[in-house]
Amino acid sequence: MDRIPILRMSEFLLVTIQVDMHDRLAMALQEDLTDQIVRHRSHGVLIDISTLEVVDSFIGRMIGNIAGMSRILDAETVVVGMRPAVAITLVELGLSLPGVRTALDVDKGMQLLRTSLHGTSNGAS
Amino acid sequence: MTKVASRLPDILKRHDAAILKEWVNEQLSVSRPEAMKESALREHAQRFFGLFRDAVQSGELGDVSGPAWAAVREMLGELSQSCTTLGYTPTETATFVLSLKQPLFTRLRQEVGRDAEALADETWAVTGLLDQLGLYTTEVFLKGREDLIRRQQQDMMELSTPVVQLWDNVLALPLIGTLDSARTQIVMENLLHKIVETGAAIAIIDITGVPTVDTLVAQHLLKTVAAARLMGADCIISGIRPQIAQTIVHLGVELANVVTKATLADAFQIALQKTGASIGKATAR
Amino acid sequence: MATAVSAEEMRPLGSSEDVVVVRQVVRALAVKLGFSLVDQTKMVTAASELARNTVDYGGGGTVRLQTITDGKRIGLRLTFEDKGPGIEDLALALKDGYTSGGGLGLGLGGAKRLSNEFEIVSRPGEGTRVSIARWR
Repeated sequence: MDRIPILRMSEFLLVTIQVDMHDRLAMALQEDLTDQIVRHRSHGVLIDISTLEVVDSFIGRMIGNIAGMSRILDAETVVVGMRPAVAITLVELGLSLPGVRTALDVDKGMQLLRTSLHGTSNGAS
Repeated sequence: MTKVASRLPDILKRHDAAILKEWVNEQLSVSRPEAMKESALREHAQRFFGLFRDAVQSGELGDVSGPAWAAVREMLGELSQSCTTLGYTPTETATFVLSLKQPLFTRLRQEVGRDAEALADETWAVTGLLDQLGLYTTEVFLKGREDLIRRQQQDMMELSTPVVQLWDNVLALPLIGTLDSARTQIVMENLLHKIVETGAAIAIIDITGVPTVDTLVAQHLLKTVAAARLMGADCIISGIRPQIAQTIVHLGVELANVVTKATLADAFQIALQKTGASIGKATAR
Repeated sequence: MATAVSAEEMRPLGSSEDVVVVRQVVRALAVKLGFSLVDQTKMVTAASELARNTVDYGGGGTVRLQTITDGKRIGLRLTFEDKGPGIEDLALALKDGYTSGGGLGLGLGGAKRLSNEFEIVSRPGEGTRVSIARWR
């Protein structure tokens, strides 16, 4: 079975989701990512969804789960690059991903992680 | 039933020139200040009467929506539209058609006057027929107006939702006028696209120019804020007037997760703080 | 005015790969009909929710994709049908947050919010048919 590659960038992990995932692939990503967080002692995860044209409640739930699990493993998750049409649809769907931090692109997401990890003490929420 | 009985087709055929003349004279004699010019009137009357006479020959007198009346309807449609552009009232256009009743009634009385029952039937048929055609001109007029309103609404929609860049990373969306759900959707999409385009971290939605906020509008605003957050930008809602603050609380709309400010200036200051910039008066040394 | 169907195709729904295919087919169709990007996304997302329901809870089934018109507008209608266990309490199933299978429970209610027309028929033991439509 194919898997979504997870890149390690210094202290962070970067996942770029580029394919229209079927549900099992999404579940596999969730497992792989938590494994890698523990193995590399990463403190931040960036999930780039800028090429995703659809995020339904299943993928939305997976993203929320990853954020929740990462938090328990002491890592921050930032979702970056969500498209406007996807954001509008998710809100209409009733999914606002409350516990998930977001940024416009990978650069800004990285900045956000850095300030919340090394910046002011009240940075991480 | 009128199909068999009516003598109207026959009467029109035999006296067409005379009826037309009476009709036009009748209209010209009643001079109203806003009436059509004589030349135009004669031309329209001739065209309409010709088509009307032909359509009546089909014998279909009960219903003008059929194929027999297509040419008449088309002519009236054009007439109604051109009258509107020339500034005639819809009453004027309808009167044009309805005034044909008098010469027709006169003829009918002459032709079938001895048979009271037949006269009543014929009169009734002609009245119904001309009423339908008169109403049709009004309908066309209304439809024209509706199209105009729809076009203007669309124009307004495109004009009224500018997204402006206030500073690096700071956008503002000054909303003016009533928000309905169609407009809010356009506003929302515009703002979100502009956020992607400029990479802005903060968007200020200023509702100073929005007269009322009901539950629906408040929900639309909240949705916009939520969608922007999903993309990675924060929104500030500013320009909330006291009455609007009251209605929002009375409606029980939850604005707790949204940063709100009384004025655009306050919102701008917060936005600058959040993006790490600041503005101050230059201090004299 | 009566709604007329101008084109129609069927797709099977047996696995989560089929759900992906349906998403792509719906997207292509919505693009062809000239839907705006947001409307395309809403329709594809609604299709994804319902297709998954058909696969996960209905034990598989079919989706019928129809291009419809009412004389003035053009639209897309999707009908998902399965011969699964059916839904006992429709009002409850439509409520946000209700789930029988460990999901978020946004599937049915979400799909309803994302479309202009929504219709569901379900009989316990006989199966479920959900139909949604969106106009351009």
